[in-house]
Amino acid sequence: MSDNLGRGEALPIFIGNVTKTYGKVFALDDVSLDVKQGEFMTLLGPSGSGKTTLLMVLAGFTRPDHGSLKFGDREVIRTPPHKRDVGMVFQNYALFPHMNVAANVGFPLKLRNVSGPELAERVEGALETVQLGGYGERGIDQLSGGQKQRVALARAIVFEPRILLMDEPLSALDKKLREHMQIELRHLHDKLGMTTVYVTHDQREALTMSDRIAVINHGKLMQLDEPRTIYDFPANTFVADFIGESTFVPVSVSGGKVSYDGTALQTATTPDGAGKYNLMMRPERLAFVSGKKPKDVNVFKGTVSELVFQGESFLMYADLSDGTQVAVRGATQKDAMANVPEVGAAVSLGLHKDDTVLIPDTGDLPA
Amino acid sequence: MSWFSKAASETQITHGSRVWLYILAGLVMVFLVAPTVIVIPMSFSESQYLEFPPRTWSVRWYEHYFASSEWMAATRTSVLVAFFTMLVATPLGVMAAYGLFVSNLRFAHLIFLLLISPMMVPVVLIAIGVFYVYAKLKMVHTVGGLVLAHSMLAIPLVLIVVSSALKSYDMNQEMVARSLGASRLRAFMVITLPQIRFALITSALLSFITSFDEVIVALFVSGGDNATLTRSMFITLRDQIDPTIASISTIMVLVSTSLLVMAQMFGQNKDGT
Repeated sequence: MSDNLGRGEALPIFIGNVTKTYGKVFALDDVSLDVKQGEFMTLLGPSGSGKTTLLMVLAGFTRPDHGSLKFGDREVIRTPPHKRDVGMVFQNYALFPHMNVAANVGFPLKLRNVSGPELAERVEGALETVQLGGYGERGIDQLSGGQKQRVALARAIVFEPRILLMDEPLSALDKKLREHMQIELRHLHDKLGMTTVYVTHDQREALTMSDRIAVINHGKLMQLDEPRTIYDFPANTFVADFIGESTFVPVSVSGGKVSYDGTALQTATTPDGAGKYNLMMRPERLAFVSGKKPKDVNVFKGTVSELVFQGESFLMYADLSDGTQVAVRGATQKDAMANVPEVGAAVSLGLHKDDTVLIPDTGDLPA
Repeated sequence: MSWFSKAASETQITHGSRVWLYILAGLVMVFLVAPTVIVIPMSFSESQYLEFPPRTWSVRWYEHYFASSEWMAATRTSVLVAFFTMLVATPLGVMAAYGLFVSNLRFAHLIFLLLISPMMVPVVLIAIGVFYVYAKLKMVHTVGGLVLAHSMLAIPLVLIVVSSALKSYDMNQEMVARSLGASRLRAFMVITLPQIRFALITSALLSFITSFDEVIVALFVSGGDNATLTRSMFITLRDQIDPTIASISTIMVLVSTSLLVMAQMFGQNKDGT
């Protein structure tokens, strides 16, 4: 990368069998995870899932019970936070209110004995990177939420760390600014090329920004994949339910053949062996079918039980013949809305075979 | 419209209906302040005895105070002890407050109560206890012993003032500083300390006053060459009624109030915001 500001190369991270317990509760349960050099990795999970604990292990503020942590070739599990050389951005920015913007951004440089014109130059450079050039003399309380976020970011990247950690950095911003900052952060990552580990509970944010997403729940790694794979082929019911909307329909599997309510289904993957499976139905992947059954599409018949207009989309609930309620979501352009049946009407719903994904039933279906 | 019928607050309560409150508040203030203030005119009396109001005015008792080597020695001891008490109690109290604030100890609350217990126990009990311990350790009548005893009384104040300042402090700042390359000590000194500096100054001044004004412990464990001002005043009062006491009191009131006013002024610059 020609405009890579990094002093050294970005470092890969190897997390090996990390376990952390608080009393009898496993905050992290034997988590192993590799983050590639220069990758944007998101730790995604509900609150209390252990994702922040894992980030604190990376930063050095939480010492796991056992496990290994390597930055590149260096084992750092016993290294104190200030010797790990990672940039970190906190949820509430944690800017130093008794220093102005330049002193905040210059803080890590001063600790590294940078002074004089070089200090000023690098501080201004970092501020320009986050589009706050010329803001150095401002006080912290003169900044808006978005600007504070940028200063916190500038402070974390100014010393060109090879690893950048971020703990829900955008959650305090309003929706529009947050979505804007997601794109901007991603561009910044591509420009600086540091290995980034990003914690969020917002699945859309994770899908937007990440190279790969590690979904964490109850201290365990549930799935590690690229955003599309996570969304299209969730490994288990938790991931399918946590990311995006979905309805689960129990199906029967025998001899590699899948059927629902007596009708054979075409599926994206063939389940190996028997066991119980659920069909995951994403509301936006269901389409209304009229007339002849199209090729490669599974058709489900039901009755409309509810129809809700939600602005950019509508949400419809339909009861299938066996009583399972499925959700259907569609765009609200005029043409599309003309085809939406009314409440009480019979409806045929089509699901393309590539979207017909089976999830092993592990008995933890959400209510 | 007269002042009495004007609204005194947003709720349209008039000053008239509040007159009783003003009178009550005024009386409370008079009772609180009068005993302190009354020594001031008394100290400027010409008389051999304490009298109020003075018939003739003079500064002879101030001259007597400043000319007396005994009073001067006692003053030096008091200032010295108060100063060292401040130097001992402030850092210890700050460390205790910080330690309890960042620890996840289940017993943190109990430790806090233990540390502020000198405030709850009658001082005379503490004085007796300290006296017996010091008698064994041969620390009675030493400046060091008095400093330690006074520090025990001052630490609770430091602890309370600094703890409440830390409550509004965002400890994430210290974590950020550490992740950016500062050691824990450095993060505390450069990031945390400057933001609780007003609480720090306030508690240092309070420590000083606690020692400077203290008499009961001083009665027991100070003495000889190291008698404090308050102790000497108390002893003198018992033997004779000398207006020198009034002049010393006036000076002490002046010193204490100006320190308290300073503490108050620093306290108003709110920490952590």
